[in-house]
Amino acid sequence: MLSRTFSVVVELVRSAGHRMNNALQTLGFAARFFMMILAYSGQSFRRLHLTIREIYFSGFQSLLIIMVSGLFIGMVLGMQGYETLQRYGSSEALGILVALSLTRELGPVVSALLFASRAGSSITAEIGLMKATEQLTAMDMMAVNPIARVVAPRFWGGVISMPLLAALFSAIGVFGGYLVGVVLIGVDEGAFWSQMQGSVDFRLDIWNGIIKSFVFGVAVSLIAVFEGYDAVPTAEGVSASIKRTVVYSALAILALDFVLTSFMFRGV
Amino acid sequence: MPADCLVKITDVNFAYDDRSILKGVDMEIARGKLVAIMGNSGCGKTTLLRLIGGQLKPTSGEILVDGQSVPQMNHDELYAMRRRMGMLFQFGALFTDISVFDNVAYLMREHTDLPEEMIRDLVLMKLNAVGLRGAHHLMPSELSGGMARRVALARAIALDPMLIMYDEPFAGLDPISMGVIGQLIRKLNDALGATTLLVTHDVQEALMIVDYVYFVSDGQIVAQGTPEEIKASADPFVHQFVFGEADGPVHFHYPAIPFEQELLREVAGA
Repeated sequence: MLSRTFSVVVELVRSAGHRMNNALQTLGFAARFFMMILAYSGQSFRRLHLTIREIYFSGFQSLLIIMVSGLFIGMVLGMQGYETLQRYGSSEALGILVALSLTRELGPVVSALLFASRAGSSITAEIGLMKATEQLTAMDMMAVNPIARVVAPRFWGGVISMPLLAALFSAIGVFGGYLVGVVLIGVDEGAFWSQMQGSVDFRLDIWNGIIKSFVFGVAVSLIAVFEGYDAVPTAEGVSASIKRTVVYSALAILALDFVLTSFMFRGV
Repeated sequence: MPADCLVKITDVNFAYDDRSILKGVDMEIARGKLVAIMGNSGCGKTTLLRLIGGQLKPTSGEILVDGQSVPQMNHDELYAMRRRMGMLFQFGALFTDISVFDNVAYLMREHTDLPEEMIRDLVLMKLNAVGLRGAHHLMPSELSGGMARRVALARAIALDPMLIMYDEPFAGLDPISMGVIGQLIRKLNDALGATTLLVTHDVQEALMIVDYVYFVSDGQIVAQGTPEEIKASADPFVHQFVFGEADGPVHFHYPAIPFEQELLREVAGA
């Protein structure tokens, strides 16, 4: 009995060690992969049409979901914000509340989450299937580097699209807040805009939001291309990679948001 | 190395981790010839192609292509050599997001500065050679298996390579497509003045078109010769392979303990 318990414990420790080892190895590979993307990025900018094509696929085609979600989030913020602020008789501050929530947090975070599930998953699926059908090997055999030709343009397409999408998300969200707060509920329009203008700081709020979304863009794009490139080349393997892209991206976005916020908005 | 030898493989060993795939392979491929490497599935044929293409490095041994050692090449040298090679993958590996025309034009656009009008003429010429000029506007998903293989063939010869490698070009094709591909392989080799390496297990189809055959079994070369020599061979492995017999030197059963013992062991375990 004792020896059996002992062997179960040994097995647990062994498998934990094995998982840890694998996780570290994958992390190391991902870091090397990131360096390779940077090293082979020249072509993405020299042959700009490759990157522009990816901006179209991951950025432009995400516009609809980003704009509709932004509008709804802004409208909900307008409603909830008004509900709370009017208890303290300061419903004119609604503009500040909507704008700050969006530019500082909701814009970058929610648009990155949407981007990960809309564009990140499709990038992983595309690269994973290219790997499964030997297209990447074929490219390599034709003396065309798949990291330079396939991976880097998709990575930069994502990195460039993300801040633009987040900015658009915030802008449409502010409009949604205006629609509900001013047009529907009847908060004073002048107060709504002027208080917003007076309290939102360009560097502190807008610029920091852009930095956040840029960091999220790097994280999501890297996870998406890496999971595609590292996919086990079978149907189950690709599906598992897509799942990991969405899960890891969401966790990375939320964790990075906490870290970035704690650096950016200390005591402000 | 004799001047007419394009690929020379000397005592090459290769292993994945501790699983040995190739054991002391020697091979010489003469310039301008069409050479087949045959053997049953999983005997190391495809590995051999990947070693020649530099996608894998041998555990030991030497691989010379056009006088240069492939395992010792750095990234740039390897890519320079691969530009002079064409390879057809088992299932074509066409780029599915671009049309037939763009697939064939891919290498010309990547590796040359040719004007678009000239690329158009060249692509149509290559597609005409495989009989698919009329299908240049189709997407790979609209092609049948045999057509896709022919497009991949046109793509493999896009830059007039010195060495063309085919990995199972007949796999999964109907007899007509098979014959068409076989004839194309022979014709393209002679017309381009290239050297061709054909990995296949379709004996009858291959014996009709090739100049020389290597038989690989369990990572070793077990027989070699011209098609006539192979057909007349008394070697039991060659005989089994050429006539498709179920049992012989290549066993039908995966290695296992005797069946009776296995049954008794199951009973004892229950």
